[in-house]
Amino acid sequence: MTAARLQRDLHPLAWWVWALGLVVAASMTTNPLVLLLVVAIASLVVAQRHGDHPWARAFRLYLLLGLAIVVIRVAFRIVLGGADGTTVLVTLPEIPLPSWAAGIRLLGPVTSEAVLAGLYDGLRLAGIVIAIGAANALANPKRLLRSLPPALYEVGSALVVAVTVLPQIADSVRRVRAARQLRGEPAGRWGRLRRLVVPVLEDALERSMRLAAGMDARGYGRSGTSTPQQRRATGLLMIVGMLGICVGVYAVLDQTAPRVLALPMLLAGCGLALAGFVSAGRRVQRTRYRPDRWAPAEVLVVACGLVPAVTFWAVGRADPSLLHPGVNEVPAVTLPVLLAVLVAAFPAGATPRPATIQVQPLRVGAGR
Amino acid sequence: MIELRGVSFGYDAADLVLRDIDLGLEDGEFVVVAGRTGVGKSTLLGTFNGLVPQFTGGTLTGDILVDGRSIIDRPSRERAHLVGYVGQDPDAGFVTDSVEEELAYGMEQLGLDAATMRRRVEETLDLLGLVDLRDRDLSTLSGGQQQRVAIGSVLTMHPRLLVLDEPTSALDSTAAEDVLATLMRLAHDVGITVLIAEHRLERVVPFADRLCLIEDDGGLTVGPPGQVLRHAPVVPPIVALGRLAAWEPLPLSVREARRRARTWDVDLKAPPPPVTSTGRTVVETRDVTVAHGRRAALSGVDLTLVAGEVTALMGRNGSGKSTLLWTLQGSRTRIAGSVAVDGVDPAGIAPAERRTRVGLVPQTAADLLYLETVAQECAASDEESEKPRGDCRTLLDQLAPGIPDDRHPRDLSEGQRLALVLAIVLTSEPEVVLLDEPTRGLDYPGKAALARALTQLAAQGRAVLVATHDVEFVAEVADRVVVLANGEVVSSGPTALVVSETPAFAPQVSKIMGPDWLTVAQVAEALS
Repeated sequence: MTAARLQRDLHPLAWWVWALGLVVAASMTTNPLVLLLVVAIASLVVAQRHGDHPWARAFRLYLLLGLAIVVIRVAFRIVLGGADGTTVLVTLPEIPLPSWAAGIRLLGPVTSEAVLAGLYDGLRLAGIVIAIGAANALANPKRLLRSLPPALYEVGSALVVAVTVLPQIADSVRRVRAARQLRGEPAGRWGRLRRLVVPVLEDALERSMRLAAGMDARGYGRSGTSTPQQRRATGLLMIVGMLGICVGVYAVLDQTAPRVLALPMLLAGCGLALAGFVSAGRRVQRTRYRPDRWAPAEVLVVACGLVPAVTFWAVGRADPSLLHPGVNEVPAVTLPVLLAVLVAAFPAGATPRPATIQVQPLRVGAGR
Repeated sequence: MIELRGVSFGYDAADLVLRDIDLGLEDGEFVVVAGRTGVGKSTLLGTFNGLVPQFTGGTLTGDILVDGRSIIDRPSRERAHLVGYVGQDPDAGFVTDSVEEELAYGMEQLGLDAATMRRRVEETLDLLGLVDLRDRDLSTLSGGQQQRVAIGSVLTMHPRLLVLDEPTSALDSTAAEDVLATLMRLAHDVGITVLIAEHRLERVVPFADRLCLIEDDGGLTVGPPGQVLRHAPVVPPIVALGRLAAWEPLPLSVREARRRARTWDVDLKAPPPPVTSTGRTVVETRDVTVAHGRRAALSGVDLTLVAGEVTALMGRNGSGKSTLLWTLQGSRTRIAGSVAVDGVDPAGIAPAERRTRVGLVPQTAADLLYLETVAQECAASDEESEKPRGDCRTLLDQLAPGIPDDRHPRDLSEGQRLALVLAIVLTSEPEVVLLDEPTRGLDYPGKAALARALTQLAAQGRAVLVATHDVEFVAEVADRVVVLANGEVVSSGPTALVVSETPAFAPQVSKIMGPDWLTVAQVAEALS
């Protein structure tokens, strides 16, 4: 076994880029075969390479969410039956609506075109959601936040803490609910809500104050060596840069805006913001303990994610009907498209396995 | 090395919490801060690293010097490399997920280079015996392990002073000894100054070089423990015994006291042997088994509670004490076995009826409170239990007289809040009362008051079961003791018998005077 195959957690960013590649690819197609393949690949890679952090176990929820999206999409098409298409599968009794709701139809004939359109559309959204779920399961989001550039450190820490607090609040809710039956229920819905919410909020508030005190006592937010002038300059760079980006994005999307506001403004904004980042990063005196490394395996993962995205983009320009098959024909897949998607499955076997420490958390007391 | 000079602190000028305090700490000293609950121990600790007044508000006057330089104007983050602070609840202060990352967090903030960080993390893992836990998720650690990680996470910054606020209050005696031995090693071998506030003086006094006693008026008495404890309002049983016997100098460790006891020239008649219980059996469990996922939390537990008796439930953290209480209360599902409270299975009846049979005060008693004043809580409790108005208040006055009606429950002292919750639980007149770790945060007078209340409940014909780590409290209050280990009952019987069988559960008096004796009160009675 070579060193590259030893167990270790990959850089979280690599998994996120890989997943975003799948997201982009899924968003560019409504071909059900391709979308099912994307979902299958995401599931395969998760099954092979997920870590043992709690987020990894949430992937099942994403799968269920995807299924729910498809079902809801199709159900909507049936209930608000669009009249598109002629192949009537079944005719449901139509519910008459008052005249002010003209243009909306409830139930009525269900066409296979409408059902398929709903199915394809739902599959696309489900594919996107499941790809993001895969990123969540493969890379601990907390570690991703921790590898943010130094200038964003404060924001990252705040997010990490927010993410950490959620399970604690869940724990607190569990405890208070158990405690609730130790004394009687107050009368009325308001009283009952208050009975649950007040102790939970008090607990959360106390915890956050203690955490803030603890972090401060351990040196969080030490100002470093920068002068107030430097800090002001950094802030100004960032704000002007962000404004530039906003105007630029608006101009790019709105074709009637003057062209000079579009790409040049966007680039200038990005440049200024970047300068602000670098300047902010330079004054930060913080260091990282054992930062995640960027090794060949990470490059491989990123490349495997980008291949489908780029291929779909190229195919979409050349032959849009391949990625968006009509609802009257049988969807087909060509070899390049198939290969491009299959490449994304490569990390399932080619990357090192994640480091594992299998220990169940201790749970005592009231909860089940 | 570090010095408080004329420090006063208060939320308003008329009512000072700390009054004109001078305290100098030397390198490698082990100093204990003692005092009654709410007297300002945490406040005194907080002034060293700046959390007071930064996080508490109030006015701090005077000066804090490190090697002669004033640091009082520096915020606590700028003192992180000088003063390491470990709070009461280590779990609440963790920022990261794993042991190693947590140890490195403070150093990252200081901006140390990677090689230094790596070296110090390894050193600290060794020093605190955490090597096997290095990759573990913090939430999977036991209380004692978490406390050691919290200590390690500030040690990596190489502070000169380590400040700990009740580091052992939530730990069983073995885990507490572990943590204290670690602190001792830090003070003696590494030369770090340790300043520690603790209610359970019997645990820390033998280690202390000096003792700081905060008086009720906010003043400070500092000196060798043997001197300060002579007149202190809070003393461990060993000192109470020494005072009673007028031993000079006051013994502070069990070893010293045992030597004095051997040559103590008085004629003591041993206390009567424990009587077998004669009361009516109220709770009876047979072969109770409860699962946590796939693990057995309780397996085959047989337990009998008798009317008119206080039973103590002991065992290390995670041994299933809380689970057993919730199972007896009826809301925890059993997978096998039977529970009968007066012949009725509490799991099979509605919560409202359950409350009239079994009352439970949970570990975080404040979970039961949700209103703004004590009077509102009492009124709500009467209404919920369909009792005439004033019942709960009457109970509260019996348990802890003199709590003002308009006080917010969160502003009560630990002992008063516990009394309020107990009164609420008792309003529905349960025959069985269960308490989960009620002594946490109580000082000696507070514990004595709780012991009186529980004895009184038993005298009214109730069966009381109290889960606790506190051996001294058990010696005071319990008629019988049940010891759980790994979800099984390993020992059960009259208190004197059980605690003499297990050295870890023996109170100080019985270590000194022999297995017949449990409390100072028994000795005092035999003397008079």
